Amino acid sequence: MKRSRQLGPLAAVAVLALTMAACSSGSSGGGGGSASGDAANNLTDRGPITYVQGKDNSNVVRPLVDKWNAAHPDEKVTFKEQSDQADQQHDDLVQHFQAKGSDYDVVDVDVVWTAEFAAKGWLQPLKDQMAIDTSAMLPATVKTATYNNTLFAAPQTSDGGILYYRKDLVPTPPKTWDEMMGMCSIAKAQNIGCYAGQLAKYEGLTVNVAEAINTAGGTIVGADGKPTVNTPEAKAGLQNLATAYKDGNIPTEAITFQEEQSRQAFESGKLMFLRNWPYVYNLAKTDGASTVKDTFGIAPLPGKDGPGASSLGGHNLAVSVYSKHKATDKDFLAFMTSAETEKFYATQGSLAPVLGALYSDAALVQQLPYLPVLKTSIDNAVPRPVTPFYPAVTKAVQDNAYAAIKGDKSVDQALTDMQSAISSAGS
Amino acid sequence: MDRKAKTQGRAGLLLIAPTLVLLAIVIVYPVINAMVMSFQKDQGLDPVTKTFVQGGYAGFDNFVHWLTQTCGGAACAPGSLGSQFWSATGTTFFFTIVTVALETVLGFWMAVIMARTFRGRSALRAAVLVPWAIPTAVTAKLWFFIFAFEGIANKLFNTSILWTGSEWPARWAIIIADVWKTTPFMALLILAGLQIIPAEVYEAARVDGASAWQRFTQITLPLVKPALMVAILFRVLDALRMYDLPAIMTQGSNGTTTLSILVVDQIRQGFNSAAALSTITFLIIFIVAFIFVRFLGANAVASATPTKKGKEQ
Repeated sequence: MKRSRQLGPLAAVAVLALTMAACSSGSSGGGGGSASGDAANNLTDRGPITYVQGKDNSNVVRPLVDKWNAAHPDEKVTFKEQSDQADQQHDDLVQHFQAKGSDYDVVDVDVVWTAEFAAKGWLQPLKDQMAIDTSAMLPATVKTATYNNTLFAAPQTSDGGILYYRKDLVPTPPKTWDEMMGMCSIAKAQNIGCYAGQLAKYEGLTVNVAEAINTAGGTIVGADGKPTVNTPEAKAGLQNLATAYKDGNIPTEAITFQEEQSRQAFESGKLMFLRNWPYVYNLAKTDGASTVKDTFGIAPLPGKDGPGASSLGGHNLAVSVYSKHKATDKDFLAFMTSAETEKFYATQGSLAPVLGALYSDAALVQQLPYLPVLKTSIDNAVPRPVTPFYPAVTKAVQDNAYAAIKGDKSVDQALTDMQSAISSAGS
Repeated sequence: MDRKAKTQGRAGLLLIAPTLVLLAIVIVYPVINAMVMSFQKDQGLDPVTKTFVQGGYAGFDNFVHWLTQTCGGAACAPGSLGSQFWSATGTTFFFTIVTVALETVLGFWMAVIMARTFRGRSALRAAVLVPWAIPTAVTAKLWFFIFAFEGIANKLFNTSILWTGSEWPARWAIIIADVWKTTPFMALLILAGLQIIPAEVYEAARVDGASAWQRFTQITLPLVKPALMVAILFRVLDALRMYDLPAIMTQGSNGTTTLSILVVDQIRQGFNSAAALSTITFLIIFIVAFIFVRFLGANAVASATPTKKGKEQ
């Protein structure tokens, strides 16, 4: 095999390095190139399939799979449950795709992995025979599943950031970032922190920084995949966070906050404004430790002059190109994204639907009162950078934004570094 | 005589063959494969189809990339993994030196106490081992909560230090957690060394009028040295591949990115560069181990002439 050929240079490293580099550069192999072949196979085949997803914490998948299996005895779905850690789910999918195994048919992918998997040629393009109807879905969610102008996955669940505020301290929530900063004197008088999001150095920081930059009218990566953070708009966005931290409007400890720490700070009454996901709503209402049960309200994220641009969470459903029964896969996709399933997801698992109509469904809104606010958030949302180099991009954003917010380097310098770090990732 | 030795050798070879095959599969193959991969370029994006294509043969590019911290001809920008190799190496060695030094001193002290005979000695020995028995990931989570801003550490000392949010506190938080966890291991290995020292030697010294300090420096230290060196060797090799504590407590932020964290981060960005980086890490650890065994007389696998080596220096 080609491997043994390269053991030669290994043995003779010191002497032959340069000549070897020149003469064996042709030894590239298959990989992504063969994907178009796999994508054309098994399109009309039906049979049993496997659905792969991370840990089903709220037990919504099994009832659905049972329901499907009862109706389709010849095309049974087996549910393969992964761990509940996103990184492990990602790596598990990568391993199976690299082995070109047909044992994973329909897979649940985080919105930020979709581009990477699509570019590797692992996901079945959902076009022609495999096309699905996305017209009823919220446009921003469809964008997260689209790479290089092709739809590669079906949006299944979504998520957006919303602003939690103390309505006993501020009767009307701020509409803009500047308005919110203006209200911070109220928090100071109460001796509590004004605003916090998730600013620890992890994926949540990318979410928060992307929101700040998108809200100010900037972008992180352009449509061509090139970085676009050296713009005045991007600068204004990151500067907002850095200034707020420097002025104490964002409390010092907020740079150690992930979702849970920030939620706890808000629930114990130490924060006036909190940016977080909808899951906080029920906890803050019912948690025994919550001191703000009746005194908090929710609003869309504050923006430049209207609602801010939230980042999007959520998951998409994709079909593996190596699947043997793609006609069944397609039907299962339609089943899993149907209004009925979406409603079940929302009521049983508090997972935000991707179908716009459900956000005004009276019964649903009664059960999940945050839905109208979340709709505004998702309507104005901008997906995190859709790029096959997402791990490198998010790393570049995190490292540099963290330094800028802490004041270790200037916002200008941070964005210059971010720009070159992102562009070197794509080369 | 000669023929007997020959057949015996053949039988011996046959008997160890399964082990050799197993070692070849689980150790030699991955190491070689990683080295082969490290001479390949990472997959790149085809500008037209926007899909990934194989990168081809890279020569020493991946190694040059890490060692000189250059990305595509220019210095790697802050925020890229390539810019962090030397700082990660420095951090790794810093953690290694500080934690192993502290653990050796504390472990020795604990071992000396545990070696004495007193009531409840076995209870103490068992208690001391508890931190070592807890999985590192759990330890890391525990210390993560202790060092949270609203955590026990700040409450206890009435401080408001951002333990995981600023450089030196973050490093010390990790060092404290590591020392807490692995000192018992050190103590146990040293205790094993202490127990093989015969009591008569101490008695003779006492008769000769040696003070407690003299007994410690003239008898205990030299006699426990082989066990001590092995313990230190184990801990150094362990600390050089430290991953879980910083990964969980700080996600590698604030100057706590170790080489192992860098390797894992790089795996998600490209296997082949990651292979080069882990090969470099492997070599670093190998060199350190070699120095220990060759020059400092740490002999984990006791051979026929362990004492001679020890006397050379």
